[in-house]
Amino acid sequence: MVVPVRYVARRLVWAVFTMWAISVVSFVIIQLPPGDFATTYVNRLAQAGASPGDIAHARQQLGLDKSGFQQYLSWMGRLLHGDLGQSLSLNRPVADVLQGDLAYTGVLVGAALIVSWCIALPIGVYSAVHRYSPLDHVMTFLGFLGLAVPSFLLALILMYFSFDWFGISIDGLFSPQYETAPWGFGKVFNMFEHLIVPAIVLGAAGMAHLMRIMRANLLDELGKPYVVTAQAKGLPKWRVIRKYPVRVALNPFASSIGLLVPQVVSASIIVSVVLGLPTLGPRLLDALKAQDMFLAGAIVLFLGLLTVVGTLISDIVLMVLDPRIRHAG
Amino acid sequence: MVDAPPAVDADVAAPVEDKFVVATQRQLIWMRFKRHKLAMASAYVLIFFYLVAIFADFLAYADPQHTNGDLALRPPQRIHVFSGSGVSLHVHPVISHRDPVTFERIYSEDTSKNLSIKFFAPGYEYKLFGLFPTHIHLIGVSGARAENVLAIFGTDDQGRDIYSRLLLATRTSLTIGLVGVAMSLFLGVVVGAISGYYGGRVDLVIQRVIEIMRSIPAIPLWLGLAAAMPRDWPIIRVYFFITLIISLIGWTELARVVRGRFLQIRDEDFVTAAEMIGARPRRVIFVHILPMFTSHVIAATTLALPLMIVAETSLSFLGLGLRSPAVSWGVMLQDAQNVQAIALSPWLLIPVIPVVLAILAFNFFGDGLRDAADPYDA
Repeated sequence: MVVPVRYVARRLVWAVFTMWAISVVSFVIIQLPPGDFATTYVNRLAQAGASPGDIAHARQQLGLDKSGFQQYLSWMGRLLHGDLGQSLSLNRPVADVLQGDLAYTGVLVGAALIVSWCIALPIGVYSAVHRYSPLDHVMTFLGFLGLAVPSFLLALILMYFSFDWFGISIDGLFSPQYETAPWGFGKVFNMFEHLIVPAIVLGAAGMAHLMRIMRANLLDELGKPYVVTAQAKGLPKWRVIRKYPVRVALNPFASSIGLLVPQVVSASIIVSVVLGLPTLGPRLLDALKAQDMFLAGAIVLFLGLLTVVGTLISDIVLMVLDPRIRHAG
Repeated sequence: MVDAPPAVDADVAAPVEDKFVVATQRQLIWMRFKRHKLAMASAYVLIFFYLVAIFADFLAYADPQHTNGDLALRPPQRIHVFSGSGVSLHVHPVISHRDPVTFERIYSEDTSKNLSIKFFAPGYEYKLFGLFPTHIHLIGVSGARAENVLAIFGTDDQGRDIYSRLLLATRTSLTIGLVGVAMSLFLGVVVGAISGYYGGRVDLVIQRVIEIMRSIPAIPLWLGLAAAMPRDWPIIRVYFFITLIISLIGWTELARVVRGRFLQIRDEDFVTAAEMIGARPRRVIFVHILPMFTSHVIAATTLALPLMIVAETSLSFLGLGLRSPAVSWGVMLQDAQNVQAIALSPWLLIPVIPVVLAILAFNFFGDGLRDAADPYDA
């Protein structure tokens, strides 16, 4: 396969640009609370008995006496050197705090995306081929529900039924016995078991959306003369469908994957809070409530990064799937 | 186009054709919308919702802020229809006591006493439509304060009546969506119109900005903005600020729809004609082009409403949106945030039902409107 350098390069430039925009947003969020972001910190110093001179010194050290633009530049500069600042509420470097959370968030979002693609694709194809069959109607109905019910409500409802019917609680990422255990095969397996429900909950909306798109696109293709020709020549039905119309219909499908990433990242925050998952979501909420703005800004930045990387990956998948994009350059 | 109406049954074709020829655009849209059964049903559901929102105080029987520690987390109450002598709506008073081992509160009915339910009974004071002070409610209990007796949907952890709060929450949640959508509508139409009308470089820049805004995950952004609200702000200001925050996302989709339409219509003869006579861009945009697709804009707006409702519910649910004493669906659901609460008092989940119903209804209604918005293409 020819690697379309220009296409990838253009997407990369775009990704860097988006990342920059997100960094500005993160910085604005850091700056937003009344007063400046270290008012809390300075207050704490004052409570600890610091003199006005010490406080002025602290302000200078934190760069609070400079203009907003300069503060942004120095914040960015430190970021690029890997220094995310200090979490004021936890008294630990932000980078330390976020390490584990970021990995879990990535795994959760990835799992949700994979679940939604893997389920939506076959169901969409089935629904289109067996249009107006009972199963198609059932799936269409479920699809509408999936689109309408916000994921955190779905999580609440599932939590209630799993407790009411099976007496099990589906929150958390590990069973109690693995909570503090060192990493091993058992723990990884345990994590995947606990990931299934959150992944489905998170994937539901996207799944419904992708299913509708796949069904509609395939329906457009199925009636076309080339499909009829292929069938008339005696190719087996599923071979025809798999080889030609599905491939054509995949294109809009793949391009909507990119739009899905920000939604899933967004939803993961609130679903994690409901299901008690140790991701960036609950951490962001705590940080915002404690006005720990360095931590909150860094989390928004990381969530943005996750989105940009996810979108980039899906753009490249789209390119691999669709030669029209590959060759257009 | 008018002389080729959509194919109808042959035997009724003639009168139908007449009807189509003389019908105005609005009538055509209405005829087409009526065919969409699900959308019609949704329209009725939405009318019902907004009636509830308007008459919330009247329909409620308990003051939504009235707390009662002795009646906390009371399960939904049974309303009895048959009494010994005949048919009369009544309830039994509840007695609360504590389980001696677990200290859990247990409620039991005192079946020896009947408290009959009255219609148009006096209750707490409120202002109907915010204007007329009154204390008449749809239902009440004779001989007792309704707050202390009735709990159709149970009570929350502070003993507040869930049914009455739900009605008030419906008012908040449904209006916050309307205000938010009005703001997005304004932004979306103006930006979309500029982008589509001028095209070229202006369009390119605006589209890139919109693309970036869409690629930023919305919830962290809202949370960050909402967290910046000082804790001591009055409810009204918080309400306004929240609508502002949630309208920040809605407008991008509207702008996209409006821009697409503008690109289609921009080169039509009537636009060129208007420009030739010397109409300024603002006049061409708002007087000549925009009225062409008002119905589309309305449909897109309807489809943006459920997003707003979900946004408010999510923010309040996470504790960064509206806060008590304001009541909204999200504020109510905050009580149902953990497994223990859901397992022990599942009635706290009741607000989920109106949220899902409202979102579904708005979606179907919007879909029907969108299909009907183009009465000429069959």
